[in-house]
Amino acid sequence: MPELLSIKNLEVSLKNPTNDKRGKVLRGISLSLGEGQRVALVGESGCGKSMTALSILNLLPQPPMEVTGGTIHFKDKDIHRFTREEWEAIRGKDIGIVFQDPITSLNPVFTVGVQIEETLRKHLNSSETEVRQKTLNLLAEVGLPDPKRVIGQYPHQLSGGMCQRVMIAMAIACGPTLLIADEPTTALDVTVQAQILELVFKLTQQNKMAVLLITHDLRIVKGHADRVVILYAGEVMEEGTPEDIFVHAQHPYTEGLLASMPQFEQKGKELVSIGGVVPSPFEDLPACVFANRCPKVKDKCRTEKPEFVLNKTGHGVRCFYPSEK
Amino acid sequence: MLLSVRKIIKEFPIQRGLLGTPTAFLKAVNDISFEVETGEVVGVVGESGCGKSTLGKCIVGLQDLTEGQIFWNDQELKLLQKEQKRALRREFQMVFQNPFSSLNPRQKIKDLLLEPLEVHQLLAVSERLAFVKELLTQVGLTAADLEKYPHEFSGGQRQRIGIARALACQPQMLVLDEPVSSLDVSVQASILNLLAKLNRDKKIGYLFISHDLQVVGYISHRVLVMYLGRVVEEGTVEQVLQKPKHPYTQVLLKASMGFSVALKGEPSNPVNAPKGCPFAARCLHVEDRCLTEKQELQEVENRWRVACWKWHKI
Repeated sequence: MPELLSIKNLEVSLKNPTNDKRGKVLRGISLSLGEGQRVALVGESGCGKSMTALSILNLLPQPPMEVTGGTIHFKDKDIHRFTREEWEAIRGKDIGIVFQDPITSLNPVFTVGVQIEETLRKHLNSSETEVRQKTLNLLAEVGLPDPKRVIGQYPHQLSGGMCQRVMIAMAIACGPTLLIADEPTTALDVTVQAQILELVFKLTQQNKMAVLLITHDLRIVKGHADRVVILYAGEVMEEGTPEDIFVHAQHPYTEGLLASMPQFEQKGKELVSIGGVVPSPFEDLPACVFANRCPKVKDKCRTEKPEFVLNKTGHGVRCFYPSEK
Repeated sequence: MLLSVRKIIKEFPIQRGLLGTPTAFLKAVNDISFEVETGEVVGVVGESGCGKSTLGKCIVGLQDLTEGQIFWNDQELKLLQKEQKRALRREFQMVFQNPFSSLNPRQKIKDLLLEPLEVHQLLAVSERLAFVKELLTQVGLTAADLEKYPHEFSGGQRQRIGIARALACQPQMLVLDEPVSSLDVSVQASILNLLAKLNRDKKIGYLFISHDLQVVGYISHRVLVMYLGRVVEEGTVEQVLQKPKHPYTQVLLKASMGFSVALKGEPSNPVNAPKGCPFAARCLHVEDRCLTEKQELQEVENRWRVACWKWHKI
């Protein structure tokens, strides 16, 4: 599989303007996506998953955020060298993004149609009638009933799930090769969530798009990703196929996440909870960033940084004492 | 019976005519009956807008009913005198969803926890502080936290404070409105452990409201599944989660385990709730009768009830 996106040792820092203190949001993330591959980036709030997505599109709020190290290559080109014009040609065309909250991401004063057409006009040289037709097709493709009516409606006239479908239509309008979905279903109901995920993956398979799915919910990842990357405090803790992660998890953090998911089957048993809280970017962390909350911590973890070790089958883990399963 | 709810309806006027008379209503809670026994955990599960939070508010008396009756310890809430109601209200406490907005930011933890004791005139003044310290350790915080303000705590810790505040009244029952949904998974587990322990040790009954069937299944003894203001299935956790009968429960269960679900459309608008089955528009097993005629809850087995015409076929 040819490589589409490659992130190497990406570091992003955050500056507190009142006391000039620097915090680390991403501490050297490496990640790669092949063409048409579905990768899920999973982590708790504040672990840097959204910041990774924004860095890929060069949309980080700078300041206070700043990229302090590492490279991102998209189709073998270093994106940090891109000019403003090159960025404009790529965003929305080669890379589409779907944000978490569809209702605030759409502009309330324009109709849905106008907002989708804007993307098409910007990137494709088509006539007005073609643009209109394409928009109607897109609305039908994302499963909105009665596209002719929806095209003239405003976001407030649609439900959350319908707005998210509109966002997806905008993101895929120009046939991107990479779709970033940043918590696309978090604001939606469980049953609608399942429908939206189905849609995203049906579309990506049809159009051979790669997807970077960002989520805090391990459950939705199970059937919807080729690879899963577990993030904690701005570092990759573990990476592998869903089977590697769900059945053969090796990192204590992944194990903790899996064990802490409440399930009917565990009724009556005490849930395993990971002690402590997710650290803030301004905290001084030990050499292994998870050491303070790790049940298996030893002295070495606090002084020496574990390397990310990838085995032959592509299952990687950053831990001195991984579980054998 | 600790709590008994009989045929309650809660309507909100959402549109008014020229003279201010309501012309359209939203039925948030539509003809719901159930009971909670001492020390029992009843879970309420449903999607946003299905009326589960309104149900919780009605039960603790934060919302008046349009119709129906609620009995606290076999006494009807509506018929209680003010003083009686105040005394009973102590027994039925609520824990809110958002631990960031439900604690007064200008009160110290000490004052937040002492307030319910003052309101209900519990314990001698000299004993109160010791009691509050004891409460904090029960929920996993320390006495040193008494002098702090809410902003100094994380989300999980604040939810513990919210629980401690409800416990300060020594209630028999807690209504927990999405107590863990704003928390990270790793923190969520510790709050669920705490709640399960309190239920075991103190025999406090819960009405546990959540959108997550797995969370509800983990903590509850019995489950109510709500859709558009109605209960569509009710039974023990084993019944509802192992052999769900209603098509909506089946879909919810699959979705909660991360499986893809076959489902059409989106929830109907509760304002003009459909005449027949509320789920008919999205159901894959729909037939003509579902669209026109509403099925009441039918007994499947003892205390296991389903509102579907075709439950024995699917």
